[in-house]
Amino acid sequence: MISSVIFIIILAAGIYVFAKKVGVIRRNILLGKDIDRSDRKDERWKTMARVAMGQSKMSARPVAGLLHLFVYVGFILINIEVLEIILDGIFGTHRLFHSVLGDFYFMIINFFEVLAVLVIVGVTVFWIRRMVVKIPRFWSKEMKGWAKNDALYILYIEFVLMSALLIMNAADQVLMATPVDQLEAAGLSKYALGLDGKFAVSQFLTGLMPENLDALHYIERGAWWFHIIGIMLFLNYLPYSKHFHIILAFPNTFYAKLEPKTELNNLESVTKEVEMMFDPSADPYAAPPAGAEDAVPERFGAKDVQDLNWKQLMDSYTCTECGRCTSVCPANLTGKLLSPRKIMMDTRDRLEEVGQNIDKNGADYDDGKSLLNDYIKPEELWACTTCNACTEACPVLIDPASIIIDLRRYLVMEESQGPSELNAVYTNIENNGAPWQFAQADRLNWKDE
Amino acid sequence: MENKIKVPTMAEMTASGETPDVLFWVGCAGSFDDRAKKITKAFVKILNKADIKFAVLGTEEACSGDPAKRAGNEFLFQMQAMMNIQVMNGYNVTRVVTTCPHCFNTLKNEYPKLGGKYEVLHHTELINNLLEAGKITVEGGEFKGKKITYHDPCYLGRGNDVYEAPREVLGKIDTALVEMARSRRNSLCCGAGGAQMFKEAEKGDKEIFVERTEDVLKTNANVVATGCAFCNTMLTDGVKRFNKEDEIEVLDVAELIANAADL
Repeated sequence: MISSVIFIIILAAGIYVFAKKVGVIRRNILLGKDIDRSDRKDERWKTMARVAMGQSKMSARPVAGLLHLFVYVGFILINIEVLEIILDGIFGTHRLFHSVLGDFYFMIINFFEVLAVLVIVGVTVFWIRRMVVKIPRFWSKEMKGWAKNDALYILYIEFVLMSALLIMNAADQVLMATPVDQLEAAGLSKYALGLDGKFAVSQFLTGLMPENLDALHYIERGAWWFHIIGIMLFLNYLPYSKHFHIILAFPNTFYAKLEPKTELNNLESVTKEVEMMFDPSADPYAAPPAGAEDAVPERFGAKDVQDLNWKQLMDSYTCTECGRCTSVCPANLTGKLLSPRKIMMDTRDRLEEVGQNIDKNGADYDDGKSLLNDYIKPEELWACTTCNACTEACPVLIDPASIIIDLRRYLVMEESQGPSELNAVYTNIENNGAPWQFAQADRLNWKDE
Repeated sequence: MENKIKVPTMAEMTASGETPDVLFWVGCAGSFDDRAKKITKAFVKILNKADIKFAVLGTEEACSGDPAKRAGNEFLFQMQAMMNIQVMNGYNVTRVVTTCPHCFNTLKNEYPKLGGKYEVLHHTELINNLLEAGKITVEGGEFKGKKITYHDPCYLGRGNDVYEAPREVLGKIDTALVEMARSRRNSLCCGAGGAQMFKEAEKGDKEIFVERTEDVLKTNANVVATGCAFCNTMLTDGVKRFNKEDEIEVLDVAELIANAADL
């Protein structure tokens, strides 16, 4: 009874604190500009099913893809056992699903145990890839400090949680195989479920277990509480970690851009102005329409995170820093400063900072910093060839290229900044209709050459 | 000039009361760059040979705005786009073919929302259609039996999912097509896109076109084919950097076909 109350308090507190932080992240994402991604719902569900649920882009790198599949499937399906743990915790029962599922229960637990082992194998190999093999994409410049540690903490936590599950089952199966009269004598009759078989994996751990029934009971209960409290802590670690992708991967692929990769949006604010220039009857000195006098003119392009759209901001929280983008970026491969992963990490870090500023100092507070310059340098932006290798490589359909373009737009249209050669290109296009200094009148000369 | 090419303009055709089936959008490189002009002419020879009723805008054509847009100058892009759209809509253009993947992407994807709605083809797609329909036939040419590799332009492949048409075309000239380790979706950029063509590369330890040329060299191909004048320039520079210009030719798919069809 007491344990049920304690359990419910831990569960409720864990979920409450998590929900609150998720609310803050949602608020932060919605600081972005509006963009309509509510169209073509069928196609969006299919994309999400294929890319997020079906992990279709992970297989581009088969080894990492397979290991990730172990951890992913393990994570999803072992949640069924977590559900049993939660119900047991609330009602004070033991292995509640056994009474419903009968013999089938055995099969399910066996299946979970195999998955738990696969998860352990997965995270172990992941750790080796990071720390022993030192795969370059995990050791780039931006992967120092928190970024590196975060990745390792996640692996350790998953390893420990899965181990607790197996230890719990090992102790439990020794208890459950104990004759009923002995269990009753020790006051442990709740273990008398008649489940006296061997679990697929944890049977090999039973040799490590003590014979004393009380000790077994403490180990089983200890591992049980450790597992569920661990899960609650992990849940609350997620929103502070790159590992939040396990949740955001789904909406992020759903709301992904469906247009061809190299299609860029046309800025509507610019279209209005250009249309006016083309309209011979437009009066450039006309008074603005009533009510528009005080409106702040929209900024062209993006200087800070609020100038990006909410999908670009969702992208930044979805990024799990795997570095597949950076590892295929032609600029990065040839030693330039640009790393698409860093663009996403910077966007997220700046957004977190802006969010914290709002929480502490109110919505109008200006800390004098911005995503551009304070986080991302123009040199990074100008190294991009817009080849879209990064967007192609991303397993959760993040679009770093669109952020690069929006920041370039601000630099060029608001600050007239950029490589000087490009200024000559603009002048040539304006005057001659070509990026080079050739007269438009000579455009067909090739015909007779 | 051995073969006189026929290049009617939209203005001429309209004046004589004719409507072309397709507008050939030449693009800036195709009009002014000495190397790219050869690609333009090779494609025109193919169009002439297949009796395609086409026209060019000639002096009425202007930059599609692509480099300005990628550089961030959306104003300049939309100015160019709207001017071009006014001209094309004035001629009731419905179908466009271009040899430039950047113009292709811009016209196909970014002009519609500004009022310019056309069916847009890349020249490798049109050439493939012509070969399929038997409008042109290829028999020999100097590249028959040679080892060819194909470099996917980003704006054609990754950008717009055109991977097969150029390969099918190359398959018709009886050559051994060898793929680079990085090809199709994973193709490596030549380094010219996003207005990089017109500026010095940012500081780094290598040029992107050198990195890509190494991919080409690893295939031991005699010819690297591509479908983009800018990729062509970059790879040509790369091949020169390795002093391999006597061993590897950098050619457009249109040039290979014009050669194989003896045009």
